[in-house]
Amino acid sequence: MIEALDQPFIQRALAAGILVGALGSYFGVFVVQRGLSFLGDGLAHAAFGGVALGLLLGMEPLWVAVPFTVAVALGISWVRERTRLGADTAIGIFFSVSVALGVVFLSMTGRYTADAFTFLFGSILAVSEADLLVMSLVALATALGWRLWGRWAYATFDRELALADHLPVVRDDYFLTAYIAVAIVVGVKLVGIILITAFLVIPAATAHLFARSFTGMTVLAESLSVTSSLVGLALSYQLDIPSGATIILVQAASFFASMALTRVVRHP
Amino acid sequence: MSEDPPTAPAVEASALTVQLGERTVLEQVTFAIPTAAVLAVVGPNGSGKTTLLKALLGLVKPASGRVLVLGTSPERLQPGSIGYVPQIKTLDRTFPGTSIDLVVSGLRRRWPWRIGDSERTRALAALRLVGAEQLADQPIAELSGGELQRVYLSRAAARDPRLIMLDEPATGIDMVGEETIYRFIDACHRSGTATVVIVTHDLSVAFHHATHVLLLNRRAIGFGPPRVVLSEDSLGRAYGHAEHRPAGRLGAGPYD
Repeated sequence: MIEALDQPFIQRALAAGILVGALGSYFGVFVVQRGLSFLGDGLAHAAFGGVALGLLLGMEPLWVAVPFTVAVALGISWVRERTRLGADTAIGIFFSVSVALGVVFLSMTGRYTADAFTFLFGSILAVSEADLLVMSLVALATALGWRLWGRWAYATFDRELALADHLPVVRDDYFLTAYIAVAIVVGVKLVGIILITAFLVIPAATAHLFARSFTGMTVLAESLSVTSSLVGLALSYQLDIPSGATIILVQAASFFASMALTRVVRHP
Repeated sequence: MSEDPPTAPAVEASALTVQLGERTVLEQVTFAIPTAAVLAVVGPNGSGKTTLLKALLGLVKPASGRVLVLGTSPERLQPGSIGYVPQIKTLDRTFPGTSIDLVVSGLRRRWPWRIGDSERTRALAALRLVGAEQLADQPIAELSGGELQRVYLSRAAARDPRLIMLDEPATGIDMVGEETIYRFIDACHRSGTATVVIVTHDLSVAFHHATHVLLLNRRAIGFGPPRVVLSEDSLGRAYGHAEHRPAGRLGAGPYD
């Protein structure tokens, strides 16, 4: 196990696990508290369209998928703002359009698309130096926007209070959606399009079981998520099973264990 | 110092009309109240009470007419000069936060990551005002309706606002909680600095605690001192039937 750490692909996978885990759970607390997990799912599938477009154009898929998914995210917010349709409907429309486009793009590439499957299910081997660079840039952008946490949290608690206090709530929402989109896209290489929503939802949901403050929820979600990534990657290497799925099973195990624990604590 | 200059109204609406989609929710509403007044906005369900409050907060734009709050338009107002107490039934009780977080969010206009000593002192003082100091570190999920309402009141008071707006503050809380709210409103009035606008369906509250009453049913049916506006005649016009006949149990108002 220890000698595995000498291998560059393992080092890259661990770094990616930490970065994706930290990013996913940071935005995940807002996703969970605002009830946006379907948005996460929708954006992950939008990423599929972006990846397929990248493969069709013969470009690095992530460089295409990031702007593509952000555009879809903004499109969803835009439709919501301008119609009386529910968020789930707007997401449902963009979700299926993106997947349909992805299927068409893939069929147009006309060659064997093993790459596409990597993106669907994620692979520990797939994380490149370039991917790590993108992830680090996104983490940097998130850190630079740390002041948004307090505004997002305030509007999450009560949107109307934040509006009455003249905060730019609508603009902040666009930022949040765009950040979530980017966090999802950079995670798909490691975890896969189908499973990436778990990174947004499960650690934050586990943290919610214990947290007495929103700060506590954020810190706990971060810790749980990064730990789950590291434990999951180790198990995945040891047992030779897919990395993304293993990490998520570790996250889920900690969620159900926490549920059992909080039940015991509250109803001894 | 010579004579006080004539003061501008604290809150003023002239021919205010608000539309939500196709529907006209407020039509040609005109009224003005001076500083330190307590205005009760009453009327049947769907009469536009909450919409009026939202117009005063700048959350909805007038289709025509205008609103002036503390002498300026709501959008240009310093948010810190307003203390807004929303309906507690809209609160997300699953949000992980404590009472003091909520009070500090009012001071900072953002949710606090951590609370410093001076902020904590200020927030505790505001909680003490309404006898809620012991609730400071309680999760909001565990507060009763009345306790939560008191925390919201202290959140509004912590800013030292010049105008306090309350939306149905007595809904879903017990008598003791109600007492606290109305003592607080009376104190604001007596201090002579803060103006209060309270939306309520409780006519006896309007009668006993308000200096001015605005009786709404899309239009302003009546505006003036409680005992004039809350006459059977205008109530009949607002509510359309004679069941709301509160006069018998109202007695004399405190500011008559």
